[in-house]
Amino acid sequence: MNIPSNFKYTKTDEWFDPVTGAMGLSDYAQGQLSDIVFVEIVVGVGETVAPGKAIASVESVKAAAETYASASGKVVAVNEDLSGNPEILNNDPYGKGWMIKVESADASGLMDATAYAKYCEERAH
Amino acid sequence: MTYIPHSPNERDAMLAAIGVKSLGDLFNDIPAGHRFPKLDLPPALTEMEAAAELGGLSIGNDNVRTDLVSFLGAGAYNHYIPAAVDHILRRGEFYTAYTPYQPEISQGTLQAIFEYQSLICGLTGMEVSNASHYDGATAVAEAANMAYAQFRGKRNKVVISPTVHPQYRETMRTYVQGMGLELAGDDSKVNLDASPDALESLIDENTALVIVQYPDFFGRIYDFSRLIELAHGKGAMVCVAANPTALGLFKTPGEMGADIVVGEGQPLGIPLSFGGPYLGFFTTRKQYIHKLAGRLVGETVDNRGQRAFVLTLTAREQHIKRERAISNICSNQGLLALAAAVYLSLLGQTGLRQVAELCYHKAHYAAEKINQVKGYSICFDTPFFHEFSVCCPKPVAEINDHLLEHSFLGGYDLGLDYPSLKDHMLIAVTEMNTKDEIDALVDLLAKVNHD
Amino acid sequence: MTEPTIYELSSPGRTGVTFPAPDVPRNKLPENLLRKDLPLPELAEADVVRHYVNLSKYNYSVDGGFYPLGSCTMKYNPKINEDTARLPGFAFTHPLQPIETVQGNLVLMYTLQEWLKEISGFAALTLQPAAGAHGELTGVLIMRAYHKDRGDTKRVKMLIPDSAHGTNPATSAMSGLVVVQVPSDSRGNVDLGALKAACDDTTVGLMLTNPNTLGLFEENLEQVIKIVHDCGGLVYGDGANLNALLGILRPGDMGIDVMHYNLHKTFSTPHGGGGPGSGPVGVSKNLADFLPGPLVGIIEEGADGEPPLFGFITPKKTIGRVKSFHGHFGMLVRAYTYIAMHGPDGLREVAEYAVLNANYIQARLKGVYTVPFDRICMHEFVAEGQWADAPGIRALDVAKRLMDYNFHPPTNYFPLIVHEALMIEPTETENKGTLDAFADALIKIAAEAKTTPELLHEAPHKTPFGRMDEVKAARELVMCCWLPEDYR
Repeated sequence: MNIPSNFKYTKTDEWFDPVTGAMGLSDYAQGQLSDIVFVEIVVGVGETVAPGKAIASVESVKAAAETYASASGKVVAVNEDLSGNPEILNNDPYGKGWMIKVESADASGLMDATAYAKYCEERAH
Repeated sequence: MTYIPHSPNERDAMLAAIGVKSLGDLFNDIPAGHRFPKLDLPPALTEMEAAAELGGLSIGNDNVRTDLVSFLGAGAYNHYIPAAVDHILRRGEFYTAYTPYQPEISQGTLQAIFEYQSLICGLTGMEVSNASHYDGATAVAEAANMAYAQFRGKRNKVVISPTVHPQYRETMRTYVQGMGLELAGDDSKVNLDASPDALESLIDENTALVIVQYPDFFGRIYDFSRLIELAHGKGAMVCVAANPTALGLFKTPGEMGADIVVGEGQPLGIPLSFGGPYLGFFTTRKQYIHKLAGRLVGETVDNRGQRAFVLTLTAREQHIKRERAISNICSNQGLLALAAAVYLSLLGQTGLRQVAELCYHKAHYAAEKINQVKGYSICFDTPFFHEFSVCCPKPVAEINDHLLEHSFLGGYDLGLDYPSLKDHMLIAVTEMNTKDEIDALVDLLAKVNHD
Repeated sequence: MTEPTIYELSSPGRTGVTFPAPDVPRNKLPENLLRKDLPLPELAEADVVRHYVNLSKYNYSVDGGFYPLGSCTMKYNPKINEDTARLPGFAFTHPLQPIETVQGNLVLMYTLQEWLKEISGFAALTLQPAAGAHGELTGVLIMRAYHKDRGDTKRVKMLIPDSAHGTNPATSAMSGLVVVQVPSDSRGNVDLGALKAACDDTTVGLMLTNPNTLGLFEENLEQVIKIVHDCGGLVYGDGANLNALLGILRPGDMGIDVMHYNLHKTFSTPHGGGGPGSGPVGVSKNLADFLPGPLVGIIEEGADGEPPLFGFITPKKTIGRVKSFHGHFGMLVRAYTYIAMHGPDGLREVAEYAVLNANYIQARLKGVYTVPFDRICMHEFVAEGQWADAPGIRALDVAKRLMDYNFHPPTNYFPLIVHEALMIEPTETENKGTLDAFADALIKIAAEAKTTPELLHEAPHKTPFGRMDEVKAARELVMCCWLPEDYR
């Protein structure tokens, strides 16, 4: 399972890139959902998000989940490509699968890659 | 009589396998104080006796095929149901089947629903249909649900024309209790002659949905294109509740630009049955498909390469989304969607147009003749389909009593729902009404005025 | 060999059912309001009948085989019900006819109201809701209205067990309430400590399915109801599993305040490939005024031995109607027929044999399938479709392989609190031979899971269709078939 070492992670399986301010759902999450068929970003540019606020609604063939903001900040970009091509989230969750980008991000309280890997492993049992 | 097949020996062998002595032992978890209540119900009947009892009850009614000549509509219509429809519905493979959650052994139901979806889209001029809602009234309520979800709660006003069926508006009022929606336009005291465009004053930036009916409750046909443009200009969606028989003749709401087209599918091969079960059809545009509630059947292939059908986008539904689902709806009107599909397939382009034209011509003939009777007049001056409102010289209830004495079922008393329409009767005419029956109705109406 | 769609069978110029020419003069049609084309297919009647008959052959049905679907109660659908519902005196009555002309219908509805009240111990009842979920919405709106009427506006939370069907939280959300999940304890009951902690003056009530979705009778039912009532809340009973309680226990007697019935489960009305159902709602005395109107009642007592006049009554504080007209009358006729034929003793036998059948299968599967809750079950039980020594085999594979043995799979992946759940409800109308054949098949499949797992992974093999590409169905949405362009 893929867990880029330079990103930060939440307990609800979202990632955050401190360099670009981008966030999305992790490889673990897309694996759990399996084939994703619908993504709807529910925040817009200019809105402020914080952990606990839903940023996207994701549906797969057999499941549905909300994706929450991994960091606080003002939304400066929203990925318009996702709604027409939801499979991007399965194929490239950390790259083309970015959901939103925030600026002035506060990313305190997140796990680093090592901690997140351990967390995922614990859950498998 | 019950349908329980066990012999005493089988029962005892099963009890032994389970490890209990008697059937009563299976219920030790039930609180002793309330266990095994004596139910005050009549003793069991055999099938023969039950048939007689139900037969007796049914004869206690006057029905519109053998006892009464009917001119009553108001949301439920006496249309001819071709014999083949019920023969298909009576096949156990269809009516005793469950929801098609296991597609490998449910292709009959799945393909029939897929075809129903296609037929309804063809009829309404829309892009996608679901597998149905309970009836026209709840389909309208679900349209409001869908619009609310589409705007993610940012718009919470729904504008509804007062010329939408009173029971549909009543149902909306019940549903919005919990939905946090504001209902505007639901006022039966306004000027009912105003064109639909008059709703414009109620549509604003907070409006999620505008709802109109086609034909309206009074049978009138309007082109909603301009209203839809106005609504879209304010960013609102528009739902048209349409009569499916009328769609055999008239311009589709899809063509007018509607976002959602719903309606009561009872006219499509479903008997009156004292009000139910009926069929709520629901269609919309492809772009809204993820906000659509209810079951959806889509096309795919199986692992042997065969074209097949399956329930799809199921993650929208309540069994997955639970409290985040757009609606709690679980079932559809399965067997009745099949009835509508069979009806539309049997009639086809030619048959449905014939039925619609018969309704139109007979209704207009009736309206013209009634208009000529002293004391009666047709009160609206708009194109209409198969229902029209008549201004009467006496209270509608009195006129209908008189008609009933001659085994005629008169039209709906509009004064019951609209204060300004006291003494107005809504008369419906379908392909089932002959010229002789219409002439007889006209004579009876004239007689009432002389007495 | 697949059956073409109705559009693929269409051919230009074919006519099916046609109608007479107008016997009245033709009126002018408003040209600017007419549609230009009508894209419906063109087939002869024989083509249509053959098409639907061929489609029907691809359906599994109760009339064709065993459907052990948990919480669906797929019992035999009596044929007499189909005849009584179609009697012209019922089928051809208009809902808005004067009440004097439909006393037969009104007597049937009134009697059915009384019978359903008696069966479950409620003071008042509506027959209007169209399905179980619709009944739930009705019930929850009544609970909400009751509190508002008392001036209690703080109550916005609905407590729902984690084993509940998805309609329960969805209904609560649709009613503007906040869902609070209550966990189950190790014996499958509502966790009393958690329930007590969650109950306060912001609680509207608890939605309880009993027997629960594990097929187990709530062992602390009286305490659960007391805890909720003590904090001022109401208890909603989801009546999906009523088949286990007929003549055994009346939920109303235990203090359940409002409950919906599923006529298409407990009372044998057919499932129709997905509907129509019917979801009457019974309430206790203090909620009677809030029922949706109209209800059927006596509006004039009969004089001197004459029968009373039945009509429609709207409750004083009604939440309003929940659909058009009176409810699914055609299904009410079927349920009436069923109850009339069973009588009180027959209804109790239904519950006894439903519970006997479920426990028998559970006993036969002991040691072969893990049953997480080792208790006498009620009308259904949950088993796990997985084994430690059959890695990679899941409930889905067991379910699909059952089709090769000519059985419809049980409900799977519900309830969510059991992993790889298979929920089995045989109902009382299945004979011992069928139950043994089903248990034998499941035992064979358990062995196959360990020795030849690929048989399960690739199943079904013997059905006309195999596993579906559900990803393709969702990602490449095709929802309609169309007439070819040149038809228009």
